Amino acid sequence: MSSDRIFGLIAAVVALAYIASATQIKSGFMTDPVGPKGFPLLVGSVAAVCAMFMVFKPDESPTWPELRTLGSLLLSVVVLVCYAYALKPLGFLVPTALAAGILSYQISPGIKSSIGAGLGLSVTLFVIFKYALGLGLYAFPKWLIG
Amino acid sequence: MEIDILSNLALGFSIALSPYTLFLAVVGCFLGTIIGALPGLGPSNGVAILIPITFALGLDATSALVLMTSVYYGAMYGGRISSILLNIPGDEPALMTTLDGYPMAKAGRAGDALVLSGVASFVGAFLATVGLMLLAPVLARVAFMFGPAEYFALYLLAFCTLGGMASNNQAKAALSSCIGLGIAMVGVDDSSGLPRLTGGNLHLYDGIDFLVAIVGLFAITEVFFFIESHGKDSSIGVKLEKVTIPWKDIWVTRWTMLRCTVIGFIAGVLPGAGASLGSFLAYTTEKSIAGEKGKFGTGVPKGVAAPEAGNNAAAGGALVPMLTLGVPGSGTTAVLLALLVTLNITPGPTLFTENPDVVWGLIATLLIANVVLLLMNVPMMRIFVRILEVPAWLLLPGVTMVSFVGIYSLSGSYFDLLLMVCFGVLGYVLRKLSIPTVPVILGILLGGHMETSLRRAMVLSNGEWTYLFSSPIAIGLWAAAVAGFIAPLFLRKVIKKPQRVED
Repeated sequence: MSSDRIFGLIAAVVALAYIASATQIKSGFMTDPVGPKGFPLLVGSVAAVCAMFMVFKPDESPTWPELRTLGSLLLSVVVLVCYAYALKPLGFLVPTALAAGILSYQISPGIKSSIGAGLGLSVTLFVIFKYALGLGLYAFPKWLIG
Repeated sequence: MEIDILSNLALGFSIALSPYTLFLAVVGCFLGTIIGALPGLGPSNGVAILIPITFALGLDATSALVLMTSVYYGAMYGGRISSILLNIPGDEPALMTTLDGYPMAKAGRAGDALVLSGVASFVGAFLATVGLMLLAPVLARVAFMFGPAEYFALYLLAFCTLGGMASNNQAKAALSSCIGLGIAMVGVDDSSGLPRLTGGNLHLYDGIDFLVAIVGLFAITEVFFFIESHGKDSSIGVKLEKVTIPWKDIWVTRWTMLRCTVIGFIAGVLPGAGASLGSFLAYTTEKSIAGEKGKFGTGVPKGVAAPEAGNNAAAGGALVPMLTLGVPGSGTTAVLLALLVTLNITPGPTLFTENPDVVWGLIATLLIANVVLLLMNVPMMRIFVRILEVPAWLLLPGVTMVSFVGIYSLSGSYFDLLLMVCFGVLGYVLRKLSIPTVPVILGILLGGHMETSLRRAMVLSNGEWTYLFSSPIAIGLWAAAVAGFIAPLFLRKVIKKPQRVED
């Protein structure tokens, strides 16, 4: 099955779910002729029609990356999600060094270059953001430095 | 009226020429050229990741605007360095520059190609700024006649033409616009005060910040693409030998530059069309004027000058509808619109009467930035060329970290960071399936306005929907929207977009 058909089906389901939840929107006391539901319903319907077009008239499928690369991509997403959660409680330096290092390794596998990229980016960016631009970042967890 | 423009311009220069503002303009131009030159970072990505940072710095509106527009213009200049030397276009309009720029560089004339394209960029951008100065106030007066019905049609036109041009499949372009519009609806509804489509998630009550979407779709998506290619696309390129000013080439291409400036400017002013169309039309027009013996595609100076003049003129032209109507013409102007909205400046006809200092300060900055860039680019070419050597394994993690810090400093919440990663994944899938991502951003930016104008129109007409077609302006816009959406279906069979030159 071609990629367009799969994506079209998913998009159609999402569009229908969107329409369904749009019908649940509550109107206030003062309503206008269109109301808060009208436009979301319109957008959802157009999206559903477009999605069906993709299902019935798909383009050629793109070349998807091989399994190993797909693994790298998945790992990167996981790293970014963890980084998002870690940035606040763990301070800037350690999570940034780890995340940057792992990403660097995914782009070009080299132990030395990745460690260098991780440490270098973490320290350089911290100095720039904190001292040159004056953003409120913490180097280490707050509980550690008190 | 001429006196008006001159006195307004004087006001603009009085703002733009203060030492602090001038300093910001020079810094912006320098940073922008570096960002543009970095392989894989185009003007829209570059400006996108810097907006949250600028916002966090707490600059006032004029300073931030000066800084970011200088970055934007600088990135347009810098983008051609990677197009010419590496055959890697930083964004879509730069693709045309690779067609003759890269062959010219391979023939040992890299320096000439770089300087010539710099001059062409200058001519295009400078004249387009003058055009903006003359046309924008006129259009702003016309825009005062726009009611909600006209605005609704105008937004529709922007989606139709942008989608029609950006994609090879109308259904995909329209779906992409719907994704953006659908996302824009999430959050508390302004008129009823009740939450919509939030799924009960408190983080979503304020809606989804368009900056989160922009940075995710542009910057994070780019990182995924580099991981997929393992950075293989970078680093091999043409060496730069000596840099001299090719007076002869500049003189020979003078009419080409002027013609392409006009073509590019007109393409840019059309809402939704933008710089890609400008550089494409400029290149193909010059190619057909020169004919067979023009040898376009083999590395001729005219083939370098044409798309650069057209591209930069279109970028200037695209500011006309962006400033007067609030409708961006391209991905990059969409990012600039995002900047204005972040700074609490609402583009539209009232901008010209209520904030003349912002508009004319911006125009004066554009003129100054152009001169600064031209002066900066020729002697400092070698420095900028060194930027190309930054390896992908250092650059892309850097871009990611800057994006994270920028978005984090906006709200200090992990939720926005997660959303940004989601947008990055979405952008990857969309681009893989050749679904354009710019309409998503346009949808998020304009969705609220589009809905409001529809609802206002219906209030005015008591629910009578024919009101949407009740004025000549509205009918014209609807017709243009339909034509803009359908025409590419037929044109695509006649005109083929040139492909990238292979080694």
